[in-house]
Amino acid sequence: MGYDLHLRVWRGDAAGGDLGDYTVQVEEGEVVLDAIHRLQATQTGDLAVRWNCKAGKCGSCSAEVNGRPRLMCMTRLADFDPAETVTVTPMRGFPVIRDLVTDVSFNYAKAQEVPAFAPTPRDADGKRRMMQEDVERGQEFRKCIECFLCQDTCHVVRDHEENKEAFAGPRFFLRYAELDMHPLDTHDRRQLAQDAAGLGMCNITKCCTEVCPEGIKITDNAIIPMKERVVDRKYDPVVWLGSKIFRRDRRDEVERG
Amino acid sequence: MTGPDTGPSSRHPMTGNRMDPGDETEPSYGTGFETHAYDVVVIGAGGAGLRAAIAAHDAGARVAVVCKSLLGKAHTVMAEGGIAAAMGNVYAEDGWQVHFRDTMRGGKMLNNWRMAQLHAQEAPERVMELEEWGALFDRTPDGLISQRDFGGHRFARLAHVGDRTGLEMIRTLQQRTVALGIDVFMECTVTEIFTDRSGPAPTVTGAFGYWRETGRFVVFEAPSVVLATGGIGKSYQVTSNSWEYTGDGHALALRAGASLINMEFVQFHPTGMVWPPSVRGILVTESVRGDGGVLRNSEGERFMFDYIPEYFKAETADTVEEAEGWYADKKNNRRPPELLPRDEVARAINSEIKAGRGSPHGGVFLDIASRRDADFIRRRLPSMYHQFKELADVDITAEPMEVGPTCHYVMGGVEVDADTERSKVVGLYAAGEVAGGMHGSNRLGGNSLSDLLVFGRRAGHNAAYHAYGAAQDRPRIRDEEVRAAADAALAPFRLEEDGGAENPYTVQKDLQDVMQRLVGIIRKADELTESLAEIGRLKERARHLLVEGHRQYNPGWHLALDLANMLLVSECVATAALAREESRGGHTRDDFPGPDPEWGARNLVLTLEGDAVRLEQQPLPVMPDQLKTLFEDA
Repeated sequence: MGYDLHLRVWRGDAAGGDLGDYTVQVEEGEVVLDAIHRLQATQTGDLAVRWNCKAGKCGSCSAEVNGRPRLMCMTRLADFDPAETVTVTPMRGFPVIRDLVTDVSFNYAKAQEVPAFAPTPRDADGKRRMMQEDVERGQEFRKCIECFLCQDTCHVVRDHEENKEAFAGPRFFLRYAELDMHPLDTHDRRQLAQDAAGLGMCNITKCCTEVCPEGIKITDNAIIPMKERVVDRKYDPVVWLGSKIFRRDRRDEVERG
Repeated sequence: MTGPDTGPSSRHPMTGNRMDPGDETEPSYGTGFETHAYDVVVIGAGGAGLRAAIAAHDAGARVAVVCKSLLGKAHTVMAEGGIAAAMGNVYAEDGWQVHFRDTMRGGKMLNNWRMAQLHAQEAPERVMELEEWGALFDRTPDGLISQRDFGGHRFARLAHVGDRTGLEMIRTLQQRTVALGIDVFMECTVTEIFTDRSGPAPTVTGAFGYWRETGRFVVFEAPSVVLATGGIGKSYQVTSNSWEYTGDGHALALRAGASLINMEFVQFHPTGMVWPPSVRGILVTESVRGDGGVLRNSEGERFMFDYIPEYFKAETADTVEEAEGWYADKKNNRRPPELLPRDEVARAINSEIKAGRGSPHGGVFLDIASRRDADFIRRRLPSMYHQFKELADVDITAEPMEVGPTCHYVMGGVEVDADTERSKVVGLYAAGEVAGGMHGSNRLGGNSLSDLLVFGRRAGHNAAYHAYGAAQDRPRIRDEEVRAAADAALAPFRLEEDGGAENPYTVQKDLQDVMQRLVGIIRKADELTESLAEIGRLKERARHLLVEGHRQYNPGWHLALDLANMLLVSECVATAALAREESRGGHTRDDFPGPDPEWGARNLVLTLEGDAVRLEQQPLPVMPDQLKTLFEDA
């Protein structure tokens, strides 16, 4: 059942590199990461690649397979014609360290900017109560395995290094949305998401949703609702009604209340 | 406390390198090293490591977490089922005493009773803390944290998030760590613990490691080190463990002068994937059985009814009717045999396969499709659904899975004081899978995540406390130690004069073959003796490892260094397995098929003398009478 796979792998470092051509014996049911591992074990002992769980749960082995952002452990060779050359390159959205390993520190820096969860006090019996339907929205976002493929593919930063400072990216819009929708959180992070994280720069092309290996509906369920909540204050019907009923000089009180 | 100010803001967020290298003072042992001073250095960033770091930070210590992978990728992320804690949210009758009893019986009474007690008592509050830090657990209809059934647990007890509880736990702890501003050294591997041997007991002075990204060496000066490095499963061919699980902490502890206990007990999880070969060993959560899945052989039989051991007869259903009744009415029915502890189920599956009643790819069938509706399965087991669909073309809502045993967990580990998690080395602590004693001869599912939290926190607190006491009188790392550690780390780049150039990947593969074949689920004296000879030959070959390339992100070099740990730990497992002449929990001897009460009162303790592994017997700590009464009605 096995066959010789023609594999093309980018090798190099920050100074530059090239695609190398390799032939690797592969077996039925294998994934791209298996081919990379066999290459490493038999031909290129120092080929740099990240991986951990090999089951799509840790989000370490992100790369671009034939130009598409993918987890190598979840990309089956059966999806390609045996005669086809499979090309594996590092994520383009991040600076290369070596071979398939990129410097993803951008994401860790952005994570530090998110204000922490701040819950209400516990109930009298020392427990907390939340309804399943209220936690489910946040749970969808917490399925994120931080593979950073959404960050890699997002066109706001993919070829625009200059936007990175003002833009946290889809992974962190998920995080802001998750905290914002958390039934027990006491912070209002809407303005922060808009100003500091650059939510407004996203023009909802849904590329992030397309590449998410966890199938999280990043755009529809996190980004768009967050955008709506950011503008909510202006269009909140109670505020609007208040402005019609109360005298102008009392409007501030209503908005504060 | 002490140490130069190197807050996270002045560091590169991933490499931990100072952004302003001008700050760096030249260490006395020469150039090419980078030095950091901390009160507590935690090695490992899984559940235990992060919980320890948070605890040490909360106690006022300056803390560094050092981990081999990126933050958030540690093995905890793969835990699926849940966190065992007697919160009583689903069954009010549950309490720490019941959890304690289940844990001890699951470990065939070889557990350190005090650890099992602390674990059962403290787990509920540790789960509540996670919720405090943002974890979103599944809920009961009353809005409390939901709890699910698992093998060996009398009541539904596992706090969970679908079947991705480990991801929730690691993300929560990671986000807490970041919020507290704890320094994290990602992709940095520790290869040596430094100790001062001038006093009566070895005393920690620091640690040595390298940045994987650059190959640059790092020296940590610290009076306290917490080992939270996880397990050893990468030494086996069929394993649910990742590349990181090379027994680093076990080996570091031995070399620093600490002892290991219970190393003969290795857990083979009954249900790993078996097909296609590429995914062989990947975990299939016990929740499948907790939520109603059953095991069948090629003849369609629910064979677990034939494997109910005497020890668990009183609490296990012996008819299909009773087992079926249990899911809805736990008071009047006993637990289905599919939910016996993992060692029992793994052995049963192994026997069925050997008897020729296996599935086409050498496993057995795990069937939930015919027992629960598709919506229920997709809601309760989303990642299992995804995993089988994507990797094996199997729709688990429509057809059975093929599963077989996979190396999953090591019960054995660093011998620690139950209350403080301190090893025999002053300043050296261990928590989580790398620590021994808590689980005895077999761990119950769900008890690992709670173990990480309970003992991670205790280790962190005590490590901080020790550092506080040692603040005035910090032992110093000697220059020659640092140079020797650097020299050892660079050895794989040098071709030895006596020739021979071994590929680390090949030696690792051969070790995995030896451990799988000779030190697997079922063991016997001649095979174990053979395994020790084989390991000896592999150690000899490992002296001639040669790696290509240079020090920058070179996995071949990293493996060459990890391999020394794998070999040492494998030798410990085989040595202890040969010595224990009985079958108990995760140690089954074909030539000594039953448990032996005399062995049941003894631990095997391993230490290192020079290069030689030394084995001693030691009496098991005896449980106070008050706790013994909890077992009387069993």
